[in-house]
Amino acid sequence: MLAIIASIALLVAEQRSNQLDFLRNTLSFATDTVNYFVDLPLVVVARLNDAMMSYQTLKDENHRLREEQLIKQMQLLKFESLEKENIRLRALLDNSFKLGEQVLIAELLKVNMVPYEHIVVVNKGTRFGVHPRQPVFDANGVVGQVFRAMPLSSEIMLITDLNHAIPVQVNRNGLLTIAVGSGQLNQLILPFLPSNADIRPGDLLITSGLGGTFPQGYPVAVVDPFTSKLNKPFAKITATPTANLDRNRELMIVWSNSIPVPFTSKMLDQGVDRKKFVHE
Amino acid sequence: MNNSSYGVGKIILSLFLAMCLRVLPLPPFWADFNPDWVLLTLIYWSLAIPERVGIFHAWVFGVLIDVLTGRLLGQNALAYSIVVYLCLKLHKRLRQFPLLQQELYIFICLLLSQLLLFLIKNLQNPEQLHSTFWLPVLTGTLCWPLVYTVLRFVRLTTRLKS
Repeated sequence: MLAIIASIALLVAEQRSNQLDFLRNTLSFATDTVNYFVDLPLVVVARLNDAMMSYQTLKDENHRLREEQLIKQMQLLKFESLEKENIRLRALLDNSFKLGEQVLIAELLKVNMVPYEHIVVVNKGTRFGVHPRQPVFDANGVVGQVFRAMPLSSEIMLITDLNHAIPVQVNRNGLLTIAVGSGQLNQLILPFLPSNADIRPGDLLITSGLGGTFPQGYPVAVVDPFTSKLNKPFAKITATPTANLDRNRELMIVWSNSIPVPFTSKMLDQGVDRKKFVHE
Repeated sequence: MNNSSYGVGKIILSLFLAMCLRVLPLPPFWADFNPDWVLLTLIYWSLAIPERVGIFHAWVFGVLIDVLTGRLLGQNALAYSIVVYLCLKLHKRLRQFPLLQQELYIFICLLLSQLLLFLIKNLQNPEQLHSTFWLPVLTGTLCWPLVYTVLRFVRLTTRLKS
């Protein structure tokens, strides 16, 4: 009976405030051992795979990666000049420019929390400065946001979770809308678009930066083919996330809420060197 | 067996393994079927050695499961405590039951636990849940003979005796 009262007290307390984070953090040390223990076989398999890779495969992979890096580097060259140009243009508009994003690479722990929610666990927590509401990306796009940070791990809510919504804009024309999770790993829903909205299948959706959680301009999803029904007030449009939500093991947690840098002419000289990457 | 700390180690180890099973990464389809191993283990121990495993254990592991699966703190604790309380009340009778009859009781226990979780989840933010939410109750019932035989084997070989 004491247990029942205690549990109800806990429930109410946690619902009302975040005073219990301390308790949760302490207990998470115990549960993280479970998480890491469950993840262990997969890590061992991955290590073994690495160890047993043949010389030829490694050489091939190395070659491929080198080529890829060259291409990326070239794109980056262009990107830098574009960014400079952007800064100059914004200066004409008397606008401020956001610079500097820090990245932390976190590894997914393969554990299953609850089947009907899309929440995953990664191996970086408050020890590394992770905090709730931080955006999370992979190489192809937005993955989700940090939902709860604990000392040794943190929980990440994917953009496809039923309770998740992300402000997006159509890359082609800047049309703003919100993409809501569908509960399926390969689908987002755009419920707030009128049926005559200017949106086409194949349009890229990028983060709009509204809401303040996600920085502006990262790819989120590609609009699926749909048939417009003009007799309904709202179009029923779905989109496929560009990130590999179910396959990627490495995720990037991003610090983006750096203060907007007010533009001065000095900035032009310093340029884009402010971009800092923290690799783990 | 009078060395009680030795016995407690075994029990906690079994519960730890049950927690591992609980978060085992399964393909999405199979994940819906993953039963509540921790509750099954707790039920077994509370039936077998009720003087050593009680509501306190149930509550502590409930809170741990809450942290592990990222739920609102205390909901599993509440469900586990109530179920284990019922099992403790009826353990003398339940032990006499044949396995099939036990399963019926386990089914009711798991259903009760899931119902409590459902109610709390609904209070928190009402949203539609898939009907697969109730599947673990069914698979849990089907897994009970397995849990029962394995833990019974453990108990008899290590002579954890009441």
